Amino acid sequence: MSKSDRPEKGIASPSRRNLLKAGLAAGGLAATAGFARAAEPDPYNLPPNVADWSRYLGVGVDNAPYGMPSEHESEVVRRSVEWLTASRESSINFTPLHDLDGIITPNGLCFERHHGGVAEMNPTDYRLMINGLVDKPLIFTLEDLKRFPRENRIYFLECAANSGMEWRGAQLNGCQFTHGMVHCVMYTGVPLKYILEEAGLKTNAKWIMPEGGDAAGMNRSVPIEKALDDCMVAFKMNGEALRPEQGYPARLVVPGWEGNMWVKWLRRIEVGDQPWHAREETSKYTDLLANGKARRFTWVMDAKSVITNPSPQAPITHGKGQTVLTGLAWSGNGRITRVDVTLDGGKNWHQARIDGPSLPKALHRFYFEFDWDGSDLLLQSRAYDETGYVQPTKDELRAVRGENSIYHNNGIQTWHVMANGGVENVEIS
Amino acid sequence: MSRFLKVLTLAAVVSLGVGAAEAGKFGLGREATPEEIAGWDIDVRPDGQGLPEGRGTVAEGEVVFAEQCAICHGDFAEGAGRWPVLAGGWDTLKSQNPVKTIGSYWPYLSTVYDYIYRAMPFGNAQSLTPDQTYAIVAYLLYMNDVVTDEEFELSKENFTSIRMPNEDGFIDDGRPDTPLVSEVQPCMTDCKEEVKITKRARIIDVTPEEDGETAGINVD
Ligand code: HEC
Repeated sequence: MSKSDRPEKGIASPSRRNLLKAGLAAGGLAATAGFARAAEPDPYNLPPNVADWSRYLGVGVDNAPYGMPSEHESEVVRRSVEWLTASRESSINFTPLHDLDGIITPNGLCFERHHGGVAEMNPTDYRLMINGLVDKPLIFTLEDLKRFPRENRIYFLECAANSGMEWRGAQLNGCQFTHGMVHCVMYTGVPLKYILEEAGLKTNAKWIMPEGGDAAGMNRSVPIEKALDDCMVAFKMNGEALRPEQGYPARLVVPGWEGNMWVKWLRRIEVGDQPWHAREETSKYTDLLANGKARRFTWVMDAKSVITNPSPQAPITHGKGQTVLTGLAWSGNGRITRVDVTLDGGKNWHQARIDGPSLPKALHRFYFEFDWDGSDLLLQSRAYDETGYVQPTKDELRAVRGENSIYHNNGIQTWHVMANGGVENVEIS
Repeated sequence: MSRFLKVLTLAAVVSLGVGAAEAGKFGLGREATPEEIAGWDIDVRPDGQGLPEGRGTVAEGEVVFAEQCAICHGDFAEGAGRWPVLAGGWDTLKSQNPVKTIGSYWPYLSTVYDYIYRAMPFGNAQSLTPDQTYAIVAYLLYMNDVVTDEEFELSKENFTSIRMPNEDGFIDDGRPDTPLVSEVQPCMTDCKEEVKITKRARIIDVTPEEDGETAGINVD
């Protein structure tokens, strides 16, 4: 029985979609995209009443051959910020970090960044070419790739420009927008080493240039040490085929390094003895310093963390009392060893609890439970990795790099929790 | 072959495992033909590797640019609307609003050729001929004052003689550039006397500035 033909209920039910607006809407926060909404409960479904779902049969197994999230989760979507880029084909959207938990990002929510739209490739016509300084240039079909020994690895992928809009100061209200250019999935694929060795590397092979088969022909230079260390050519994410927007049918995985290098729709790898200085490693993805010089080949994503709840899109709706603070931490240099959080803007810090797998170059989930007294809070988190690196403040970064870097902003994020539970993005002294 | 020998051979193959570095040991893939490689191998390096035969003048480039590029990048490569600016921006790299163009920022000319051929015009990539590409690159050099002679012709032969103004503007990755825990143990209690809010976010669905300028925000 579907909803529309179920019998009228005797008890008047307030709209499920009734939004809890007032009270939380501080400082225009309600206008922020993705602001959490809580519905009024329907007494018909509450004890001692017996809800429809307990009485009537639900839909059968043929209802959704490919399952989708509950309709009540329709707010959990990627979002874009229209004014960030001139075209929709070369643009980005953001992972809704505030709606997720654990360390794995669902495939449909992994942020997208592409420079020439999503290439629509069919697996039959997919080819990967290896040429340049190799003994024998090769062409692989997708089926060929699947005949190599496979590995499964969980890695985060972060765009170098994640938090790039915040170099000049707090700008976007929502961790989806400030930190949502990161995702973490399990890749299944072939170590790149096997593929390169199949063609045979010449002794002067020092760099590779992966190239995408999309309309941007995305190309980057990757040093051979990294290529032979932990790079993969992946064809599955979280167990199923890569999503088109993530490079179907095959992409490069470059663990811990900036997302732009993880070339999607991978069509070719050229082996060379020097870097190419492609547009994406000169005009873009170089970090301009205050003195006008720019750093290049800034590949690693340094340790970073963010509190995902509470955050501007996920205010505290339950009032004072027991409160769960949670967030994500990651490092391109290995495992996260510790995360500290502060509730009072850095006067006092507490060690957070990391829960779930702690894998190198993967997201880590942390929690800190506390009893909220209903007063204003200034929340921050600070991550440490196994190399002894500690996440810096934004001002520490500005002191060495200025404000023009765009990329690699891994500074500590501050959220201001107001007495009404609303949260805003701020910076503090 | 005796059954015993067969087993031995099999064991040898298996014990080779996956660590060995000899070429072609999985026997996967097939050799790429020179024609196949020529069709896909489009990259150009600073040392000139990958440049095809061809040539084009500033004046020829101006015509192609006006037809295929100006609608987005402006007649003079100054950028139309929000589309990328390709010329100018000198002496802005230290300012609050750096304008990173081919002339003000790009270290090597090969990048201009490589990128334009592989990705432009936006929506019709890899459609230019080598001569057209050389001509457009010559025009962009002219618009960026790297060459000043309208008669200038760029070709495979003279390509690597051109140096870009900001070639020395790039340095190596300087990270880690903030103190490590081994150097400074972060404070845990009574770390500050008072805390003030110094900056507040604007609300994202409000267009930041009327002219579409986003105060240095660029996420490319
Ligand atoms: C429909 C609009 C459009 C047209 C037409 C177009 N471009 Fe572009 N161009 C773009 C966009 C969009 C980008 C940025 C792409 C990205 O984000 O990766 C770009 C980027 C560039 C860049 C790199 C800019 C930088 O600072 O990194 C160059 C160079 C360029 N175009 C040259 C050309 C040339 C030459 C033509 C003509 C053959 C052309 N474009 C035609 C839209 C256009």
